[in-house]
Amino acid sequence: MSAANLSRRGFITASLIAGGGLLFDLAVPMALAADGSPVILNAFIRILPDNRVIIGAKNAEIGQGAKTMLPMLIAEELDVDWAQVSIEQTHADAKIFGGQSAGGSRTTPREWLPTRQAGAAARAMLVAAAAAQWGVAAGTLTTASGKVTDPKTGKSVPYAALAVAAAKLSPPDPATLTLKDPASFRIIGQSIGGVDTPAIVAGKPLFGIDFKLPNMLYAVLETCPAFGGTFKSANLDAVRALPGIAHVLTIKGDGTPESGFDGVAILAKSWWTANLARETLKVAWDDSAVTNFSTQGYAAQAATRAQGKADADITRTGDIDAAFASAGKVVTADYSYPFLAHATLEPQNCTALFKDGAIEIWAPTQNPESGRALVAKALNLPPEKIRINFTRIGGGFGRRLMNDYMVQAALVAAQVPGVPVKLLFTRADDMRRDFYRPAGWHGFRAALDKSGALTAFHDHFITFGKDGKPVRSAELSPGELPAGLLDNVLLEQSFLATNMPTGWLRAPGSNALAFVYQAFLDEVAAAAGKDLPTLMLELLSKTAQVSQGANRPPFVTARAKGVIEKALAMGGWANRKALPKGQGKGFAFYYSHAGYFAEVLEVAVADGVPKVKTVWVAGDVGSHIINPINALHQVQGSVIEGLGQALAGQVITQVAGAIEQANFDTHPLQRIPDTPTIHVDFVKTDYSPTGLGEPALPPVIPALVNAIHAATGKRIRSLPVTTEMLA
Amino acid sequence: MAISLTVNGKKRQVEGDPAKPLLWVLREDFDLVGTKFGCGAGLCGACTVHVDGQAVRSCQTLLGDVKGAAITTIEGAAATDVGKRIAASWIAQDVPQCGYCQAGQIMSATALLSQTPKPTDEDIDAAMMGNLCRCSTYVRIRAAIKAAAA
Repeated sequence: MSAANLSRRGFITASLIAGGGLLFDLAVPMALAADGSPVILNAFIRILPDNRVIIGAKNAEIGQGAKTMLPMLIAEELDVDWAQVSIEQTHADAKIFGGQSAGGSRTTPREWLPTRQAGAAARAMLVAAAAAQWGVAAGTLTTASGKVTDPKTGKSVPYAALAVAAAKLSPPDPATLTLKDPASFRIIGQSIGGVDTPAIVAGKPLFGIDFKLPNMLYAVLETCPAFGGTFKSANLDAVRALPGIAHVLTIKGDGTPESGFDGVAILAKSWWTANLARETLKVAWDDSAVTNFSTQGYAAQAATRAQGKADADITRTGDIDAAFASAGKVVTADYSYPFLAHATLEPQNCTALFKDGAIEIWAPTQNPESGRALVAKALNLPPEKIRINFTRIGGGFGRRLMNDYMVQAALVAAQVPGVPVKLLFTRADDMRRDFYRPAGWHGFRAALDKSGALTAFHDHFITFGKDGKPVRSAELSPGELPAGLLDNVLLEQSFLATNMPTGWLRAPGSNALAFVYQAFLDEVAAAAGKDLPTLMLELLSKTAQVSQGANRPPFVTARAKGVIEKALAMGGWANRKALPKGQGKGFAFYYSHAGYFAEVLEVAVADGVPKVKTVWVAGDVGSHIINPINALHQVQGSVIEGLGQALAGQVITQVAGAIEQANFDTHPLQRIPDTPTIHVDFVKTDYSPTGLGEPALPPVIPALVNAIHAATGKRIRSLPVTTEMLA
Repeated sequence: MAISLTVNGKKRQVEGDPAKPLLWVLREDFDLVGTKFGCGAGLCGACTVHVDGQAVRSCQTLLGDVKGAAITTIEGAAATDVGKRIAASWIAQDVPQCGYCQAGQIMSATALLSQTPKPTDEDIDAAMMGNLCRCSTYVRIRAAIKAAAA
């Protein structure tokens, strides 16, 4: 089906399926894509003869709850009971399903309207069929629990009994559909557990790593420890001679991390056998161009660059020099943070079968269409010769927005046609072949006038880049607050060269920027003799909106104020001074991914060790919390993950172009004893709902370091927090 | 060399290298893929199974060391009363997010409740701190264990 030639009335087809059920093949037009072509959402709804309903879940499930949430939207407007519904994962095809990526907290805002329209369209056809059967106007009929009812006669008929008639009707124009009054929602706003939860608890094979095909071989892949090194030679025959080894072959990268670098693949019936053979494998790499990169080198370069002129202006408003010259007080501080790995618990893996000039892929991917394009290029295949199936994903966090492992699995599979291959990374492979959250250094200055009002703000952000542009996830938005909230602002960037691939880690950009901006503003507030929420509320009272660029909703100051006031009340901010010595409360606010979050955190510091006791979170993601239990889980997870970035000791370092850390001993995650009490509440506002995978994470880090300052008087200006910093 | 063991109540025999980790024997030889590979170094707990009732890391347990032992994996965890209560509690609390670590979490929790029917918060932390959850479902893991113990 081509998206372009669908007629306005051709968006819905209904057909009978075997056994007398009804298949609605719904395609609802959405916003136009950048190239002007309609983006189509296709939602399969199958109504079975026993009135059970099967709904296709089109997005990747990484633990964010999309596989449950999107079918909830359809079921609501279809007007069926959740107990009638079963969910099936669809495959990946943007031409059929529209957007299927899981990233940027974009699923909720993207799907809120069209996915409900899909359900409403099917309901309208079933109602029309009943109306024709009973000779009454469709508008007089009601629906509930998968039945159409005539309130006048009390007659009622299940959807399944209307299937044959509905299949013959012309589908409605989605624009004519009336969606439910939110007051009558019966599924949206209910807490519904994950649709796969029972299967997870039973240990069923759901994940990419679990997927098997007959005669499948496992592959391990050796690559150059220093990113970008190329293959010279290897003792391939010695490895081939080992017992149990099926194939040893080389794959050629295209020089970019996105397609994966050069590698040597070892294939065997057993992954354990294949991986053991790596002990015998000896590869000579040409890494002469990439061994000069190191963490120590970056730090030294950053210190030098901080003294000089920046490479690029991001935002320059007002007269920054005059504002600093006339300041009553100038506050300065330097902040920094390290590279981080994603460390999804399911290591990167992908299964591929190349046969008859086409390839089928089973991938835990957050971004299938990007993978399809890369595989098409690497294998020189037309995109339609690539079928991508989703598996459940053992953690995304942005790692699987990249598809290097998919390209590598495809390159290996293409060399053994007809044989399915599963490429599986070890933990060390996974940690050393990531797309890292980039490190950064910020030189801040703020000017206060004699009354203590903030009059100017300057950030020289030293990060990584090339040709005057930041690398992936090192960008700084021109609208980064407090830009737009005061007259004199200078945000500028300088760029260091690196061979490290960088990428989007949950709340990309924001997970670092929230820390440095809100922690520095806490210092500014203290210098002005006030607290951070007071400073933020003063700044927010100056304007109603701050533009965040053409394709993003504006930042609305009233929404920010709403969550700040809520968090202060929840967290007992007014009484914070009553805490005993060694304990303190910190506050932070951050806006990211269209979500407004304010957090108050209470910490106790003893012997240089911070223990987070309680976190209070107030968030505004619009008018509805679609699945409250999942919303709570996303916020809890964001808070603990953020605390882990600050407290668990996470840091990725590089020596001679290669990553030092290999496992959870050197890149630790938070463990259960570090779990604080977390209180979450939402402020509902009259805006369309937005996503929750990310925006609760960023503010917890500055709330923590600001609380540590309140408890100890010590400023944390770099991460991770160490005992030495608090000694 | 043929090695006999009991897996989820069934007698099994496997021809294999005694140095092969139990994790890969379960996943590759017995097709029991509920037990997960996370770190391969005993650091994350995703591969936790019971060997003669004790929670162990199957990635660090060699086939040769479990000759004649009784192994319980996630696929057989709900066969006991404690296992049933844990599974029901996990579903009631909707513990999983991505779900990848949960088999290991459940095996550790089941071992805890089998040995300590009414665990304190400290007991729970001590028994569960070897099990990482990258999604940080720890709030619900605690709650689900407490509910199952009640």
